[in-house]
Amino acid sequence: MVTPMFRFDPVELPPEALALRQEVRAFIAEHQDVMGFFRSSFNRDFSKAMARRGWIGMTWPKQYGGHERSAFERYVVIEEMLVAGAPLSAHYTGDRQSGPNILRFGTEEQKRFFLPRIAAGELTFCIGMSEPNSGSDLAGTRTRAVKVDGGYRINGSKLWTSNAHRADYAILFCKMASDGQQEVDRHAGATQFLLDLKTPGIEIRPVINLLGEHHFNEIFLTDVFVPDSLLLGKEGNGWNQVTSELAFERSAPDRFLVLFQMLREMVRMAGPDPDKATAAALGKLISQLATLRSMSLSIAGMLQDGLQPNNESAVVKDLGTRYEQDIPVVARQLFPTEPELEAVETYVSMIARSTMNAPRFSIQGGTREILRGIIARGLGLR
Amino acid sequence: MAMRDETRMLLESMTRLFEDKSTKQVVDAAETGVFAADLWQAVAETGVPLAALPEASGGADAEWSDLFAVLRVAGRFSAPIPLAETMLAGWVAAGAGLEVADGPMTVGPVRPGETLTLAQDGNGWRLSGTASRLPYASHAARTVLIADGPDGEMAVALDGTGEARVTAGRNIANEPRDTLAFDGVRIAADAAAPLNAGVSKAALYRRGALARATMMSGALERALDLAVTYAQERVQFGRPISKFQAVQQNLAVLAGQTAAAVAAANLGIEALGKGDPARETFLIAVAKARVGEAATLAAEIAHQVHGAIGFTKEYALQLSTRRLWSWREEFGPDPEWAVQVGKAACANGADGLWAMLTAV
Repeated sequence: MVTPMFRFDPVELPPEALALRQEVRAFIAEHQDVMGFFRSSFNRDFSKAMARRGWIGMTWPKQYGGHERSAFERYVVIEEMLVAGAPLSAHYTGDRQSGPNILRFGTEEQKRFFLPRIAAGELTFCIGMSEPNSGSDLAGTRTRAVKVDGGYRINGSKLWTSNAHRADYAILFCKMASDGQQEVDRHAGATQFLLDLKTPGIEIRPVINLLGEHHFNEIFLTDVFVPDSLLLGKEGNGWNQVTSELAFERSAPDRFLVLFQMLREMVRMAGPDPDKATAAALGKLISQLATLRSMSLSIAGMLQDGLQPNNESAVVKDLGTRYEQDIPVVARQLFPTEPELEAVETYVSMIARSTMNAPRFSIQGGTREILRGIIARGLGLR
Repeated sequence: MAMRDETRMLLESMTRLFEDKSTKQVVDAAETGVFAADLWQAVAETGVPLAALPEASGGADAEWSDLFAVLRVAGRFSAPIPLAETMLAGWVAAGAGLEVADGPMTVGPVRPGETLTLAQDGNGWRLSGTASRLPYASHAARTVLIADGPDGEMAVALDGTGEARVTAGRNIANEPRDTLAFDGVRIAADAAAPLNAGVSKAALYRRGALARATMMSGALERALDLAVTYAQERVQFGRPISKFQAVQQNLAVLAGQTAAAVAAANLGIEALGKGDPARETFLIAVAKARVGEAATLAAEIAHQVHGAIGFTKEYALQLSTRRLWSWREEFGPDPEWAVQVGKAACANGADGLWAMLTAV
């Protein structure tokens, strides 16, 4: 065989992860009042409560406020929280990608400042990648940093930034100004900053999504000064760093578990003895989910072994978003209803919410086309 | 979790063996109806076909998970031998204390609705009923069947096909699928015995389904390998077609479906031998349902990428795709198994769904 095959070795959860699952379920039962379906809720008290249990920054070193637990234990906490619809927004980006990237590329001072605060549920991060003219083509960023005395002066804008209006910091991706020289290497000069969103010169405007909700924003940066101490990693190493950040983002199981509650409602509506067509349609989705979960666990195993499963993560995200987009499609075939966002009946509002959210699954965190391009590169085609 | 060293070594040596011995010429010849005796001999010499049996029965107490991993390799090389059937025949026969054969064996029934009956006749038995489309029965040194006896299911082991009326048949990959009819055929007392614990017609059907799912995951790996290689070699519009985004995106989907198929088959394999029949049944159903889905999507893409050459007998892709199209229906098609998954989930109830998915 000459083609590189993506490896998903079977993983069995260790006993400590199984014990932890029971703790997490008990915790969720105690906080049932704040659980919901797909509302990306921002709840700092809940994040702090999770932090007190040691469930944020779980795999980070203890010296930075982490808990040095395994990737499997972290996996169990996240999957249980996602399935329960826990309000994770206040810490999730920091826990999933900003913290790990600071741990990998940050200075000692940065690690000591940021990581314990993220792990305590006190500091909220948001992403700072997309721009009005730079979406999938991240290297086309137009936001520019210029070196000035003691720091950098940054101009530009960011778009589709979830939670920017509530976050404390962003990891800003931009480029060093190139003095009008012709760009040879598109990744040259790329740089990341830890951007305090209260810095003068930053304006954050809401972008209302098609559900009428305010989750994402546009950020305008006008002569924003960032001190040297908040440069993340190295000037010019930003492409490597942002690729790492995206790998952390894509390796999480949140790409196929957000609609679990809807699948569960469909099983409820099917009743204990469904007809063959209903059982087949649900069985197909459940078989896909069981397979995705085993693949995702296997990614946790690779992370635990210190590997960087970028191709495998792209595969799981591509398959996972397809599966989640199919859920409302199958739902309307099995149990048709007119969707109503504010319906009292759980299923009716779920079908509204999932139908309206579905398009974004295969866009956020890398479009389907970009992911398939990554997979194709992994196959040696590019 | 890393694969055990023994497993890795076994897979490497079996991969070399199939690569050498299960070539396109060998498969082509087997498809004309001539048994691939050299290939069988080479595989038999490794001890793999009977390795799961206890040492007392001539086996090596091997892990089923290792043997199923070998089936994936056999599927990758379209191996035209009843390897899965011999493994399963040994499991049924040796468990019942019956003799196994050194040569290739077949096992059945392989269709869920079919029943064979054993009636007492003096100090022996009489066997009646039909077992359709038994793999490689016409080439089998021994046929192992599960029949309904007076006190429950029993194993029957016959030399060759015993005195069955044999109607030769084949699947669309030209693998023998022969129907055996028994009209009160006399069976010696020591050729039938009660089944071992855990062995049943239903369990045989499940393991057969898992064997096909596993072999399909191997056939998918092969189809992916051929498609990726071909796309890099075939030049159109002045460049390899692998440079076109439309082709890349298709191959990415093919790779994803292949990876999912391997993972799904592994789910079923991991459940074997854990001593939880309900769990085993559920995960094998998941495996056959998911792999069958992948086979349909992936075979289509593999052919699309190849263009007309993939549609020829001369080119190897069809060895894999015709097997995928056969195997996805054998031991139950994916929609049937999806019904089993759906029914199990619904019977378990909505509020137990997550616990069911996360159970050890």
